[in-house]
Amino acid sequence: MSSVVDSYGHGHAHDYGDHHGGYGGIMRWITTTNHKDIGTMYLWFSFLMFGVGGIMALIIRAELFSPGLQFVNPDFFNQLTTMHGLIMIFGAIMPAFVGFANWQIPMMIGAPDMAFARLNNWSFWLLPFAATLLILSFLMPGGAPGVGWTMYAPLTVQMGMGMDFTIFAVHLLGMSSILGAINIITTILNLRAPGMTLLRMPLFVWTWLITAYLLLAVMPVLAGAVTMTLTDRHFGTTFFNAAGGGDPVLYQHIFWFFGHPEVYVVALPAFGVISQVIPAFSRKPLFGYASMVYATSAIAIISFIVWAHHMYTTGMPVTGQLFFMYATMLIAVPTGVKVFNWVATMWKGSLSFETPMLFAIGFLFMFTLGGFTGLVLAVVPVDIQLQDTYYVVAHFHYVMVAGALFAAFAGIYFWLPKWTGKMYDETLGKIHFWLTLIFFNMIFFVQHFLGLAGMPRRIPDYPLMFETWNKISSLGAAGMGLAQLLFLYIVVKCIRSGAPAPQKPWEGADSLEWTHLPTPVPYHSFETPPVLKWLSLP
Amino acid sequence: MASKPARSIAAWAAVFLGLTFSGLALALEWNLQPAASQLAAEIQDLHEYVMFLCTAIFVGVFGFMFWSVYAHRKSKGHQAEEFHENTTVEMLWTVIPAIILVIIAWPATRVVVAQKDTTAADLTIKVTGIQWKWAYDYLKGEGEGISLISTLATSREQIEGRQAKGEHYLLEVDNELVVPVNRKIRVITTAADVIHSWWVPAFGAKQDAIPGFLRDTWFRADKTGVFRGQCAELCGKEHGFMPVVVRVVSQEDYSKWVGDKKRALVVQADGPNKKWSPEDLKARGEKVYAANCVACHQASGKGMPPAFPPLDGSKIATGAKPEHIDMVLNGKPNTAMAAFGKQLSDTEIAAVISYERNSWGNKAGEVQPAEVKARRK
Repeated sequence: MSSVVDSYGHGHAHDYGDHHGGYGGIMRWITTTNHKDIGTMYLWFSFLMFGVGGIMALIIRAELFSPGLQFVNPDFFNQLTTMHGLIMIFGAIMPAFVGFANWQIPMMIGAPDMAFARLNNWSFWLLPFAATLLILSFLMPGGAPGVGWTMYAPLTVQMGMGMDFTIFAVHLLGMSSILGAINIITTILNLRAPGMTLLRMPLFVWTWLITAYLLLAVMPVLAGAVTMTLTDRHFGTTFFNAAGGGDPVLYQHIFWFFGHPEVYVVALPAFGVISQVIPAFSRKPLFGYASMVYATSAIAIISFIVWAHHMYTTGMPVTGQLFFMYATMLIAVPTGVKVFNWVATMWKGSLSFETPMLFAIGFLFMFTLGGFTGLVLAVVPVDIQLQDTYYVVAHFHYVMVAGALFAAFAGIYFWLPKWTGKMYDETLGKIHFWLTLIFFNMIFFVQHFLGLAGMPRRIPDYPLMFETWNKISSLGAAGMGLAQLLFLYIVVKCIRSGAPAPQKPWEGADSLEWTHLPTPVPYHSFETPPVLKWLSLP
Repeated sequence: MASKPARSIAAWAAVFLGLTFSGLALALEWNLQPAASQLAAEIQDLHEYVMFLCTAIFVGVFGFMFWSVYAHRKSKGHQAEEFHENTTVEMLWTVIPAIILVIIAWPATRVVVAQKDTTAADLTIKVTGIQWKWAYDYLKGEGEGISLISTLATSREQIEGRQAKGEHYLLEVDNELVVPVNRKIRVITTAADVIHSWWVPAFGAKQDAIPGFLRDTWFRADKTGVFRGQCAELCGKEHGFMPVVVRVVSQEDYSKWVGDKKRALVVQADGPNKKWSPEDLKARGEKVYAANCVACHQASGKGMPPAFPPLDGSKIATGAKPEHIDMVLNGKPNTAMAAFGKQLSDTEIAAVISYERNSWGNKAGEVQPAEVKARRK
């Protein structure tokens, strides 16, 4: 493809647009097949969606600041909770980690690009169309669907045309994920540099390999669930309607067979990022590399047999409840191994606390807290009490925000110097971390109390006894929202006027992008495979 | 590097928030509601037990981490060691958590089995979730044959902030479920439209109500009083406005209540052949409207288009009577317009239709109960 061999030390990546037929401006981004460009687009798209979903969250929290209805009607409130969930999961968190995968996997395994470069372009460009469909659903008669991101039947049958828009958006998002997963698996299995054996790959690459298999296994299941919803709505099928011999609970089984592994689709790449950051700032190799790989695989496999722990209150037989309780508790073992390994990596290291490390430690502390509330929820009788309350909301935000989002921030601060060739402002980065940490806990820690005391989730108005905690939570949300504007400022400032970054700004970083590539990385890297003699056998 | 002032500001903010939270936590609802059944008490014990174990492990693991953060700093000149595996340690931290899980699973299993045992009930009540109210039918035991529909009693004025909110805001209903104390009550759930979930925290009882299917759970209240919960499964627009209120009374009071209820039912069974005056119909209809229709069609009759159409000046509410009666009796499939035929009596339906046809700008004449009865299939 490219006729020009890059020499190291080039300035801006933008200079290389002419390698692909001279497209500049917007056409460069539309036609690009470069993994770095596509990674950048994934990350900016993800940030945009993070903003949209975040504004929805702020409206939700504003309504919940006081009892009574103030700003939105209950119908619109339900639409907001639904879209907030869908946009944050499918539009913000998942694309963010696919962005990391695009940027990092080829560089970390010594490959020139992703295996299917044009497919890669297509996987990204499906996303803006999906997001447009999702947001357009607000403008349809009856508005966006107010059914929750889980889209339980048969409430979905009552919705207006916005529901169909959402279903098609989910189809597109699923296609994008499946294509991306195929690409990632092929790249990792086929394009590794000579000497980069599977068990020498950086852990980030391992977690993405396993995640990609999870995506391949579960996204078609989700597509099936929403397609059955579509035909129930319009073609008189009665998959989820008892009057025609169907069963509403069947939907939940199908959905959660996708939905639980989906949690690990989000969590595993986050584990991968953390497994790169903690050793780098501990100046010490990752503890228990092999057991990390096995634990990640074990988590992925067990995640397929625990789905019905989301459904304890649907009324399953006692043997079903016990099976899913035991299987769910079992996940704590490999997850525990990972946490112990990270702590052991820090133990007797030589620690320094730049922003990526702060976010990694924040991740470790609060993701584990979210893991423990998961264990509490695995216990059937306790779950019966807490199912569909704010305790569950708190639990999964500890996993999704303090887990996945904190890991994404850690990764961005970690690799931003490599990607842009410039350093971000360390002081501002640290302020961003502390603000995010404090406001995050202000929002979500108190929600554990709300759930325990009996506040159901997805309600626009609540009894008076829940008022104080809701006020604190809403104030925290406002602060959390503002803190993310600071993040945007830090990134823009870094790109526009950051100090030049050295090839390896982090002393303990040891994967190929740091050791073998200059900063900023050239537009095309590893056109000939790197020589990996420096790697000592494990 | 963060500047010193930035760091100390962050530290003081954390201390301040920590103290504020713990202070508030002592004064506010922050744990499970007080148990009013043995099962709920067992759930609380189980929760405390699991929390105790989790906290102990959490403090242990992060004790190590924070010690490392404190002592193994580069800024203190700590040199990194190079170890990166240790088979013994790794075996231990796989096996020990597994053992702890067994310790948690053991008592949990006992409670799961007890919670699922709905046999030998003294009283069986069918609970039907309807958008957005609960219907109770006493199926078996003392009170057999009693039916009641339980709807939110909090006024729209309170919800919309035009009136001060009462003590039991959003947790009060027109007809409470009444049960005797110390009796095993089996609750059979189902739903008329979408999935709801019947929940009373103080009893530790939550069971989804699934349209077209029967599920069951049980409770045995061990003290008298009024216990309040809410629908726990998103069921559409008014999901937040369908509370569950259970009044637990002594056996004598329960027997008396059953007697009163049965007598009242006979009186209330408005003979459908009685002819009503237009004024009486409209007055009764206004109450029925406020309990069943106002959430969507609004007190102004203007609805919330396009999902919830207006009644003021609508084709159906000002057109031929049979179409209007059919709409209220049978609902409109695949919309939030429910079929009220099974929930409301002929008189109530006639009343609410008369109210709708003669309110706001509408002047379309009243409907008598007999006309409604004639359209029932």
